[in-house]
Amino acid sequence: MVASAFEYVAAGSYDEAVRLLADGGDEAKILAGGQSLMPMLNLRLAHPELLIDINMADERQPSVADGMLRLPALTRHRVLLEHDLVRRHCPLLAEAVRHVGNVRVRNRGTVGGSLAHADPTSEIGSCALATGAHVAVRGPDGDRTVPVSELFVSYWTTALAESEIITDVLIPVGRPRQGWSFHEMVRRTSDFAIVAVAAMVELNERADTIAATRVALAGVADRVTLADPELLAGLAGRTLTGSTGDEAADAAAARIAGSLEPSADVHASGDYRRRLVRVLTARALREAYAHAAGAAA
Amino acid sequence: MTLRQIVLSVNDRDHEVWVLPSDTLLDVLHDELGMADVRYGCGEGVCGTCTVLLDGEPVNGCLTLALQAAGRQVTTLRGLMGPGEAMHPLQECFLRRGASQCGFCTPGMVLTALDLVRRRGQPSREEIRYALVGNLCRCTGYTKILDAVEEYVGQAAADAPGEVPS
Repeated sequence: MVASAFEYVAAGSYDEAVRLLADGGDEAKILAGGQSLMPMLNLRLAHPELLIDINMADERQPSVADGMLRLPALTRHRVLLEHDLVRRHCPLLAEAVRHVGNVRVRNRGTVGGSLAHADPTSEIGSCALATGAHVAVRGPDGDRTVPVSELFVSYWTTALAESEIITDVLIPVGRPRQGWSFHEMVRRTSDFAIVAVAAMVELNERADTIAATRVALAGVADRVTLADPELLAGLAGRTLTGSTGDEAADAAAARIAGSLEPSADVHASGDYRRRLVRVLTARALREAYAHAAGAAA
Repeated sequence: MTLRQIVLSVNDRDHEVWVLPSDTLLDVLHDELGMADVRYGCGEGVCGTCTVLLDGEPVNGCLTLALQAAGRQVTTLRGLMGPGEAMHPLQECFLRRGASQCGFCTPGMVLTALDLVRRRGQPSREEIRYALVGNLCRCTGYTKILDAVEEYVGQAAADAPGEVPS
Protein backbone atom coordinates (compact mmCIF):
# COMPACT_ATOMS: atom_id res chain seq x y z
CA MET A 1 0.00 0.00 0.00
CA VAL A 2 0.93 3.65 -0.14
CA ALA A 3 1.09 6.07 2.78
CA SER A 4 -1.33 8.98 2.98
CA ALA A 5 0.32 12.22 1.98
CA PHE A 6 2.21 14.09 4.69
CA GLU A 7 4.54 17.06 4.99
CA TYR A 8 8.19 16.58 5.89
CA VAL A 9 10.71 18.72 7.66
CA ALA A 10 14.29 17.89 8.62
CA ALA A 11 15.23 19.21 12.06
CA GLY A 12 18.83 20.35 12.48
CA SER A 13 18.81 19.90 16.25
CA TYR A 14 16.77 18.30 19.02
CA ASP A 15 15.70 21.78 20.17
CA GLU A 16 14.30 22.50 16.74
CA ALA A 17 12.60 19.10 16.64
CA VAL A 18 10.99 19.73 20.03
CA ARG A 19 9.71 23.12 18.81
CA LEU A 20 8.31 21.61 15.63
CA LEU A 21 6.73 18.80 17.60
CA ALA A 22 5.13 21.23 20.05
CA ASP A 23 3.74 23.27 17.12
CA GLY A 24 2.57 20.20 15.23
CA GLY A 25 0.71 18.66 18.16
CA ASP A 26 -1.14 15.42 17.55
CA GLU A 27 -0.56 15.50 13.82
CA ALA A 28 3.25 15.45 13.98
CA LYS A 29 5.50 12.40 14.38
CA ILE A 30 9.24 12.09 14.84
CA LEU A 31 11.02 10.14 12.11
CA ALA A 32 14.23 8.46 13.28
CA GLY A 33 15.30 5.22 11.57
CA GLY A 34 11.78 4.78 10.21
CA GLN A 35 11.88 0.98 10.30
CA SER A 36 8.69 0.77 12.38
CA LEU A 37 7.04 4.09 11.58
CA MET A 38 7.36 3.79 7.79
CA PRO A 39 5.69 0.35 7.64
CA MET A 40 2.88 1.77 9.80
CA LEU A 41 2.48 4.62 7.31
CA ASN A 42 2.62 2.29 4.31
CA LEU A 43 -0.04 0.10 5.93
CA ARG A 44 -2.01 3.22 6.90
CA LEU A 45 -1.99 2.22 10.53
CA ALA A 46 -0.75 5.75 11.20
CA HIS A 47 -1.46 8.92 9.22
CA PRO A 48 0.40 11.90 10.64
CA GLU A 49 0.28 15.16 8.71
CA LEU A 50 3.89 16.04 9.44
CA LEU A 51 7.04 13.97 9.80
CA ILE A 52 9.91 15.62 11.66
CA ASP A 53 13.12 13.93 10.54
CA ILE A 54 15.76 13.98 13.29
CA ASN A 55 18.42 12.01 11.38
CA MET A 56 20.48 15.17 10.90
CA ALA A 57 20.00 16.39 14.49
CA ASP A 58 22.86 14.54 16.12
CA GLU A 59 26.15 12.99 15.07
CA ARG A 60 27.46 11.79 18.42
CA GLN A 61 28.85 8.30 18.87
CA PRO A 62 28.47 5.95 21.87
CA SER A 63 30.65 6.93 24.81
CA VAL A 64 31.30 5.92 28.42
CA ALA A 65 31.45 8.29 31.40
CA ASP A 66 30.67 8.00 35.12
CA GLY A 67 29.86 4.31 34.92
CA MET A 68 27.29 4.83 32.19
CA LEU A 69 27.32 3.72 28.58
CA ARG A 70 25.74 6.65 26.73
CA LEU A 71 24.06 5.71 23.48
CA PRO A 72 22.91 8.72 21.48
CA ALA A 73 19.30 8.06 20.47
CA LEU A 74 20.22 7.84 16.79
CA THR A 75 22.70 5.00 17.34
CA ARG A 76 21.85 2.47 14.62
CA HIS A 77 21.31 -1.18 15.46
CA ARG A 78 24.33 -2.10 13.37
CA VAL A 79 26.49 0.12 15.58
CA LEU A 80 25.07 -1.58 18.69
CA LEU A 81 26.12 -4.91 17.15
CA GLU A 82 29.63 -3.85 16.24
CA HIS A 83 30.74 -0.99 18.49
CA ASP A 84 33.58 -1.86 20.88
CA LEU A 85 32.11 0.12 23.78
CA VAL A 86 28.72 -1.59 23.44
CA ARG A 87 30.27 -5.04 23.13
CA ARG A 88 32.46 -4.42 26.16
CA HIS A 89 30.01 -2.63 28.45
CA CYS A 90 26.65 -4.07 27.41
CA PRO A 91 27.26 -7.36 25.59
CA LEU A 92 23.65 -8.34 26.35
CA LEU A 93 22.41 -5.59 24.04
CA ALA A 94 24.95 -6.37 21.31
CA GLU A 95 23.82 -9.99 21.33
CA ALA A 96 20.09 -9.23 21.45
CA VAL A 97 20.30 -6.85 18.48
CA ARG A 98 21.35 -9.80 16.31
CA HIS A 99 17.70 -10.82 16.56
CA VAL A 100 16.31 -7.45 15.45
CA GLY A 101 14.99 -7.27 11.89
CA ASN A 102 17.35 -7.82 8.99
CA VAL A 103 20.50 -6.16 7.64
CA ARG A 104 18.56 -3.25 6.14
CA VAL A 105 16.50 -2.66 9.26
CA ARG A 106 19.64 -2.71 11.43
CA ASN A 107 21.36 -0.22 9.12
CA ARG A 108 18.63 2.38 9.68
CA GLY A 109 16.80 1.49 12.90
CA THR A 110 17.84 3.42 16.01
CA VAL A 111 18.01 2.60 19.71
CA GLY A 112 16.00 5.68 20.71
CA GLY A 113 13.40 5.05 18.04
CA SER A 114 13.00 1.47 19.16
CA LEU A 115 12.34 2.50 22.77
CA ALA A 116 10.00 5.34 21.75
CA HIS A 117 8.05 2.91 19.54
CA ALA A 118 7.43 0.77 22.65
CA ASP A 119 6.67 -2.47 20.88
CA PRO A 120 5.74 -5.09 23.49
CA THR A 121 7.95 -7.67 21.74
CA SER A 122 11.02 -5.42 21.65
CA GLU A 123 14.42 -7.06 22.15
CA ILE A 124 16.05 -3.68 22.79
CA GLY A 125 13.31 -2.70 25.25
CA SER A 126 13.78 -5.88 27.26
CA CYS A 127 17.56 -5.37 27.41
CA ALA A 128 17.05 -1.77 28.53
CA LEU A 129 14.80 -3.02 31.35
CA ALA A 130 17.12 -5.85 32.37
CA THR A 131 20.14 -3.55 32.61
CA GLY A 132 18.30 -0.81 34.52
CA ALA A 133 18.75 1.73 31.72
CA HIS A 134 17.43 5.30 31.66
CA VAL A 135 16.50 7.53 28.77
CA ALA A 136 17.45 11.20 28.58
CA VAL A 137 14.52 13.15 27.24
CA ARG A 138 14.22 16.70 25.88
CA GLY A 139 10.98 18.64 25.93
CA PRO A 140 9.78 22.24 25.77
CA ASP A 141 10.58 22.65 29.47
CA GLY A 142 14.09 21.24 29.24
CA ASP A 143 15.75 17.89 29.84
CA ARG A 144 14.82 15.10 32.20
CA THR A 145 15.75 11.48 32.77
CA VAL A 146 13.23 8.64 32.81
CA PRO A 147 14.01 5.11 34.02
CA VAL A 148 13.09 2.64 31.29
CA SER A 149 11.11 0.79 33.98
CA GLU A 150 8.72 3.78 33.93
CA LEU A 151 8.83 4.42 30.19
CA PHE A 152 6.54 1.77 28.75
CA VAL A 153 2.84 2.31 29.38
CA SER A 154 1.03 0.02 26.97
CA TYR A 155 1.09 -1.13 23.35
CA TRP A 156 3.19 1.44 21.42
CA THR A 157 2.64 3.96 24.21
CA THR A 158 5.26 5.57 26.43
CA ALA A 159 5.23 7.93 29.40
CA LEU A 160 6.79 10.65 27.24
CA ALA A 161 4.81 13.86 26.94
CA GLU A 162 3.54 14.80 23.48
CA SER A 163 6.45 17.03 22.57
CA GLU A 164 9.26 15.13 24.29
CA ILE A 165 12.03 13.34 22.40
CA ILE A 166 14.50 10.71 23.59
CA THR A 167 18.02 12.06 23.06
CA ASP A 168 20.13 9.39 24.80
CA VAL A 169 19.91 5.94 26.28
CA LEU A 170 22.01 5.51 29.43
CA ILE A 171 22.98 2.00 30.46
CA PRO A 172 24.99 1.19 33.61
CA VAL A 173 28.24 -0.38 32.42
CA GLY A 174 28.67 -4.08 33.05
CA ARG A 175 30.42 -4.91 36.33
CA PRO A 176 32.76 -7.77 37.21
CA ARG A 177 30.90 -10.82 38.57
CA GLN A 178 27.93 -9.95 36.39
CA GLY A 179 26.57 -12.30 33.75
CA TRP A 180 23.90 -11.93 31.12
CA SER A 181 21.84 -14.04 28.77
CA PHE A 182 19.31 -13.42 26.02
CA HIS A 183 16.94 -16.00 24.56
CA GLU A 184 13.96 -15.69 22.29
CA MET A 185 11.56 -17.85 20.35
CA VAL A 186 10.55 -16.66 16.89
CA ARG A 187 8.72 -18.32 14.04
CA ARG A 188 11.48 -17.31 11.64
CA THR A 189 14.78 -15.56 12.28
CA SER A 190 14.27 -11.76 12.09
CA ASP A 191 10.57 -11.99 13.01
CA PHE A 192 8.93 -10.36 16.01
CA ALA A 193 9.61 -12.39 19.15
CA ILE A 194 6.85 -14.65 20.43
CA VAL A 195 8.63 -14.49 23.79
CA ALA A 196 12.04 -13.01 24.57
CA VAL A 197 13.94 -13.11 27.86
CA ALA A 198 16.85 -10.93 28.95
CA ALA A 199 18.48 -11.96 32.23
CA MET A 200 21.22 -10.40 34.34
CA VAL A 201 22.82 -12.23 37.27
CA GLU A 202 25.29 -10.60 39.67
CA LEU A 203 27.36 -12.62 42.13
CA ASN A 204 28.40 -11.57 45.63
CA GLU A 205 31.85 -10.25 46.42
CA ARG A 206 33.34 -13.70 46.90
CA ALA A 207 31.83 -14.63 43.54
CA ASP A 208 30.40 -17.85 44.92
CA THR A 209 26.65 -17.18 45.15
CA ILE A 210 24.01 -14.93 43.58
CA ALA A 211 23.64 -11.39 44.92
CA ALA A 212 21.02 -10.03 42.52
CA THR A 213 19.01 -11.09 39.49
CA ARG A 214 16.94 -9.16 36.97
CA VAL A 215 14.77 -10.68 34.28
CA ALA A 216 12.93 -8.75 31.57
CA LEU A 217 10.41 -10.31 29.23
CA ALA A 218 8.99 -9.39 25.84
CA GLY A 219 5.88 -10.76 24.19
CA VAL A 220 4.05 -11.49 27.44
CA ALA A 221 1.93 -8.37 28.02
CA ASP A 222 0.99 -5.00 26.55
CA ARG A 223 4.58 -3.82 27.12
CA VAL A 224 7.99 -5.31 27.80
CA THR A 225 7.93 -6.27 31.44
CA LEU A 226 10.37 -6.60 34.31
CA ALA A 227 9.76 -9.76 36.32
CA ASP A 228 8.68 -9.01 39.89
CA PRO A 229 11.97 -8.94 41.91
CA GLU A 230 10.28 -10.83 44.75
CA LEU A 231 9.83 -13.84 42.50
CA LEU A 232 13.61 -13.91 42.03
CA ALA A 233 14.53 -13.13 45.64
CA GLY A 234 14.79 -16.85 46.44
CA LEU A 235 17.84 -17.11 44.19
CA ALA A 236 19.93 -14.78 46.36
CA GLY A 237 22.68 -16.65 48.21
CA ARG A 238 22.43 -19.67 45.90
CA THR A 239 24.39 -21.12 43.02
CA LEU A 240 22.85 -22.32 39.77
CA THR A 241 25.05 -25.31 39.08
CA GLY A 242 24.25 -28.99 39.10
CA SER A 243 20.80 -30.49 39.47
CA THR A 244 19.86 -28.40 42.51
CA GLY A 245 20.81 -25.30 40.53
CA ASP A 246 18.65 -26.44 37.64
CA GLU A 247 15.77 -26.95 40.05
CA ALA A 248 16.22 -23.51 41.59
CA ALA A 249 16.33 -21.84 38.16
CA ASP A 250 13.26 -23.76 37.03
CA ALA A 251 11.35 -22.91 40.21
CA ALA A 252 12.07 -19.20 39.80
CA ALA A 253 11.16 -19.37 36.12
CA ALA A 254 7.92 -21.16 36.99
CA ARG A 255 7.03 -18.48 39.55
CA ILE A 256 7.58 -15.79 36.90
CA ALA A 257 5.57 -17.69 34.29
CA GLY A 258 2.77 -18.16 36.82
CA SER A 259 2.65 -14.42 37.53
CA LEU A 260 1.95 -13.54 33.89
CA GLU A 261 -1.20 -13.62 31.84
CA PRO A 262 0.00 -13.37 28.27
CA SER A 263 -2.73 -13.01 25.69
CA ALA A 264 -3.24 -15.28 22.70
CA ASP A 265 -2.84 -14.31 19.07
CA VAL A 266 -2.64 -16.20 15.76
CA HIS A 267 0.94 -17.21 16.50
CA ALA A 268 0.69 -18.57 20.04
CA SER A 269 -1.79 -19.20 22.82
CA GLY A 270 -1.37 -17.61 26.23
CA ASP A 271 -0.49 -21.00 27.71
CA TYR A 272 2.19 -21.61 25.12
CA ARG A 273 3.71 -18.20 25.84
CA ARG A 274 3.70 -18.96 29.56
CA ARG A 275 5.41 -22.26 28.85
CA LEU A 276 8.02 -20.43 26.77
CA VAL A 277 8.59 -17.97 29.60
CA ARG A 278 9.33 -20.84 31.96
CA VAL A 279 11.67 -22.70 29.62
CA LEU A 280 13.53 -19.67 28.28
CA THR A 281 13.82 -17.95 31.66
CA ALA A 282 15.29 -21.04 33.32
CA ARG A 283 17.74 -21.36 30.44
CA ALA A 284 18.65 -17.67 30.59
CA LEU A 285 19.16 -17.75 34.37
CA ARG A 286 21.50 -20.73 34.19
CA GLU A 287 23.42 -19.21 31.32
CA ALA A 288 23.69 -15.77 32.95
CA TYR A 289 24.91 -17.45 36.14
CA ALA A 290 27.53 -19.49 34.29
CA HIS A 291 28.58 -16.33 32.49
CA ALA A 292 28.94 -14.42 35.76
CA ALA A 293 30.90 -17.26 37.37
CA GLY A 294 33.13 -17.44 34.29
CA ALA A 295 33.64 -13.67 34.25
CA ALA A 296 34.61 -13.69 37.92
CA ALA A 297 37.01 -16.63 37.58
CA MET B 1 1.25 18.76 -0.08
CA THR B 2 3.82 20.48 -2.23
CA LEU B 3 6.19 18.94 -4.73
CA ARG B 4 9.85 19.59 -4.10
CA GLN B 5 12.75 19.40 -6.49
CA ILE B 6 15.73 17.32 -5.44
CA VAL B 7 18.79 15.82 -7.07
CA LEU B 8 19.07 12.07 -6.67
CA SER B 9 22.46 10.59 -7.43
CA VAL B 10 21.82 7.07 -8.65
CA ASN B 11 24.58 4.82 -9.97
CA ASP B 12 26.86 7.83 -10.39
CA ARG B 13 24.31 9.80 -12.43
CA ASP B 14 22.43 12.81 -11.13
CA HIS B 15 18.69 12.99 -11.70
CA GLU B 16 16.63 16.09 -11.03
CA VAL B 17 13.23 14.93 -9.87
CA TRP B 18 10.11 16.45 -8.38
CA VAL B 19 8.89 14.47 -5.39
CA LEU B 20 6.14 14.61 -2.79
CA PRO B 21 7.35 14.49 0.81
CA SER B 22 5.56 11.17 1.17
CA ASP B 23 7.19 9.57 -1.90
CA THR B 24 9.51 6.73 -0.94
CA LEU B 25 12.87 6.21 -2.57
CA LEU B 26 11.37 3.08 -4.12
CA ASP B 27 8.48 5.10 -5.64
CA VAL B 28 10.85 7.52 -7.31
CA LEU B 29 13.46 5.01 -8.50
CA HIS B 30 10.91 2.61 -9.94
CA ASP B 31 8.00 4.80 -11.02
CA GLU B 32 9.70 8.09 -11.89
CA LEU B 33 13.12 6.96 -13.10
CA GLY B 34 11.96 3.64 -14.55
CA MET B 35 14.52 1.53 -12.71
CA ALA B 36 13.15 -1.98 -12.98
CA ASP B 37 15.87 -3.44 -10.75
CA VAL B 38 14.27 -1.87 -7.64
CA ARG B 39 11.02 -3.62 -6.86
CA TYR B 40 7.97 -3.32 -4.70
CA GLY B 41 7.44 -6.49 -2.69
CA CYS B 42 5.94 -6.01 0.75
CA GLY B 43 6.19 -2.31 1.63
CA GLU B 44 7.19 -3.26 5.17
CA GLY B 45 10.95 -3.82 4.96
CA VAL B 46 10.63 -7.59 5.23
CA CYS B 47 11.13 -9.01 1.73
CA GLY B 48 14.23 -7.22 0.43
CA THR B 49 13.16 -6.74 -3.20
CA CYS B 50 13.52 -2.93 -2.95
CA THR B 51 17.06 -3.14 -1.52
CA VAL B 52 19.37 -0.34 -2.64
CA LEU B 53 22.69 0.84 -1.25
CA LEU B 54 22.51 4.28 0.38
CA ASP B 55 26.06 5.60 0.72
CA GLY B 56 27.13 1.98 0.34
CA GLU B 57 24.83 0.44 2.97
CA PRO B 58 21.82 -1.75 2.10
CA VAL B 59 18.54 -0.06 3.02
CA ASN B 60 14.85 -0.61 2.33
CA GLY B 61 13.79 1.59 -0.57
CA CYS B 62 10.20 1.24 0.62
CA LEU B 63 11.02 2.60 4.11
CA THR B 64 13.28 5.48 3.04
CA LEU B 65 11.80 8.76 1.86
CA ALA B 66 13.10 10.07 -1.44
CA LEU B 67 13.83 13.38 0.32
CA GLN B 68 16.15 11.54 2.70
CA ALA B 69 18.25 10.29 -0.21
CA ALA B 70 18.91 13.75 -1.66
CA GLY B 71 22.61 14.51 -1.61
CA ARG B 72 23.57 10.89 -0.97
CA GLN B 73 24.81 8.11 -3.23
CA VAL B 74 22.19 5.57 -4.26
CA THR B 75 23.32 2.33 -5.87
CA THR B 76 20.99 -0.17 -7.48
CA LEU B 77 21.92 -3.51 -9.01
CA ARG B 78 22.68 -1.78 -12.33
CA GLY B 79 25.29 0.31 -10.56
CA LEU B 80 27.37 -2.82 -9.95
CA MET B 81 27.54 -3.70 -13.62
CA GLY B 82 30.45 -2.87 -15.87
CA PRO B 83 30.50 -0.99 -19.20
CA GLY B 84 27.94 -2.25 -21.69
CA GLU B 85 26.00 -3.78 -18.78
CA ALA B 86 28.67 -6.43 -18.31
CA MET B 87 27.59 -8.62 -15.42
CA HIS B 88 29.20 -8.33 -12.00
CA PRO B 89 31.11 -11.51 -11.09
CA LEU B 90 28.56 -12.24 -8.36
CA GLN B 91 25.76 -12.11 -10.96
CA GLU B 92 27.76 -14.59 -13.05
CA CYS B 93 27.86 -16.91 -10.05
CA PHE B 94 24.07 -16.56 -9.68
CA LEU B 95 23.64 -17.54 -13.33
CA ARG B 96 26.05 -20.44 -13.20
CA ARG B 97 24.53 -21.85 -10.02
CA GLY B 98 20.90 -21.44 -11.04
CA ALA B 99 20.37 -19.02 -8.16
CA SER B 100 17.89 -16.93 -10.15
CA GLN B 101 14.66 -18.46 -11.34
CA CYS B 102 11.98 -15.80 -11.74
CA GLY B 103 14.66 -13.24 -10.82
CA PHE B 104 12.41 -10.97 -8.77
CA CYS B 105 14.53 -11.25 -5.61
CA THR B 106 17.90 -11.27 -7.40
CA PRO B 107 18.82 -7.56 -7.23
CA GLY B 108 18.22 -7.48 -3.47
CA MET B 109 20.04 -10.76 -2.96
CA VAL B 110 23.08 -9.63 -4.95
CA LEU B 111 23.31 -6.20 -3.28
CA THR B 112 22.93 -7.67 0.22
CA ALA B 113 25.40 -10.50 -0.40
CA LEU B 114 27.92 -8.11 -1.89
CA ASP B 115 27.65 -5.81 1.13
CA LEU B 116 28.36 -8.81 3.36
CA VAL B 117 31.41 -9.87 1.36
CA ARG B 118 32.75 -6.31 1.32
CA ARG B 119 32.46 -6.08 5.08
CA ARG B 120 33.38 -9.60 6.12
CA GLY B 121 35.82 -10.71 3.46
CA GLN B 122 35.21 -14.43 3.59
CA PRO B 123 31.92 -15.09 5.35
CA SER B 124 30.95 -18.64 6.23
CA ARG B 125 27.83 -20.28 4.77
CA GLU B 126 26.07 -19.60 8.10
CA GLU B 127 27.01 -15.92 7.96
CA ILE B 128 25.72 -15.69 4.39
CA ARG B 129 22.47 -17.34 5.46
CA TYR B 130 22.11 -14.90 8.37
CA ALA B 131 22.82 -11.85 6.17
CA LEU B 132 20.24 -12.94 3.58
CA VAL B 133 17.50 -13.71 6.09
CA GLY B 134 15.69 -10.51 5.11
CA ASN B 135 15.63 -11.34 1.40
CA LEU B 136 12.78 -13.63 0.49
CA CYS B 137 12.90 -15.96 -2.51
CA ARG B 138 9.86 -18.01 -3.50
CA CYS B 139 11.55 -20.08 -6.23
CA THR B 140 14.97 -21.44 -5.43
CA GLY B 141 14.68 -22.74 -1.90
CA TYR B 142 17.77 -20.60 -1.12
CA THR B 143 20.29 -23.44 -1.44
CA LYS B 144 21.45 -22.37 -4.87
CA ILE B 145 21.66 -18.76 -3.74
CA LEU B 146 23.95 -19.76 -0.88
CA ASP B 147 25.97 -21.86 -3.35
CA ALA B 148 26.33 -18.86 -5.68
CA VAL B 149 27.48 -16.49 -2.93
CA GLU B 150 29.89 -19.11 -1.59
CA GLU B 151 31.35 -19.58 -5.04
CA TYR B 152 31.84 -15.82 -5.36
CA VAL B 153 33.50 -15.66 -1.94
CA GLY B 154 35.90 -18.43 -2.92
CA GLN B 155 36.58 -16.88 -6.30
CA ALA B 156 37.20 -13.41 -4.88
CA ALA B 157 39.55 -14.87 -2.28
CA ALA B 158 41.46 -16.78 -4.96
CA ASP B 159 41.67 -13.73 -7.25
CA ALA B 160 43.00 -11.41 -4.60
CA PRO B 161 44.36 -13.27 -1.60
CA GLY B 162 44.35 -11.06 1.48
CA GLU B 163 42.29 -8.36 -0.19
CA VAL B 164 38.68 -7.49 0.40
CA PRO B 165 36.74 -7.89 -2.85
CA SER B 166 34.66 -5.01 -4.16
